[in-house]
Amino acid sequence: MNIAVRRGRLAGDVELVLRVPSDLAFVSEAVELVALHTPAGILSPRRVQFNLRTVLAEALANAITYGNREDPTKHVEVRVDARSDGIRVTVTDAGEGFDPSSVPDPTAPETLEREDGRGLFVIRHLVDAVDFNAKGNAVCLTLRAG
Amino acid sequence: MTFSLKKDAKGVVVVGVDGQLIVGNRQELKQKVLESLDGGSRKFVIDFSTTGYIDSSGLGVLVSLSKKIREQGGDLRLAGLNEDLQTLFELTKLDTLFTIAKTPAEALAAF
Repeated sequence: MNIAVRRGRLAGDVELVLRVPSDLAFVSEAVELVALHTPAGILSPRRVQFNLRTVLAEALANAITYGNREDPTKHVEVRVDARSDGIRVTVTDAGEGFDPSSVPDPTAPETLEREDGRGLFVIRHLVDAVDFNAKGNAVCLTLRAG
Repeated sequence: MTFSLKKDAKGVVVVGVDGQLIVGNRQELKQKVLESLDGGSRKFVIDFSTTGYIDSSGLGVLVSLSKKIREQGGDLRLAGLNEDLQTLFELTKLDTLFTIAKTPAEALAAF
């Protein structure tokens, strides 16, 4: 796993690109690499510690498990655009995509005690915006500055 | 080491989670707690005092462990959640499934 760090045109702008193998054992290391290289001062340390790390772990786990189905020949790409007004994290897998509107509410009485199914719900609550591409194999998470 | 297990004088197992509880290490926690359950322990406190973040897989393994422990007549309680982790349990409504104490000492005293 390697990370490419590029400086943007404006001072402080940074673009990170990370290729993560389709193995859940790499999630923690990938999250720490992104957190380490994300410029300080855009998000509060608390939001980097909790919101950024949690949603990236969620998105990576979804991409590896459901997108790439843990196929070792496939990778997940993580692209981070860090600017003064916020951070956008795009996680793209090599899968067929899915319909995010088909995910049931994990807080409903009939699903509350399920072991899985909370990932997207957690993501939606911890970021300012969630956008999927048309195919459903890339999710863009926006955390506004602050 | 991410997880530490200690048994107090009353036989309550306190499990410390250092760093994070996520998809990459949840099986290790599950295995350790189930081994302790198989060994006869019935009362558990998961201590999150030094935990930075928990993803949905981590939440899921807590739900699963709580069910298995209750099936054996035991109880699993949570303690030491910081404000963000407490909010995570509230927004997922998992605060309604677990007894959550502010500190491990408070959780132990309540057993």
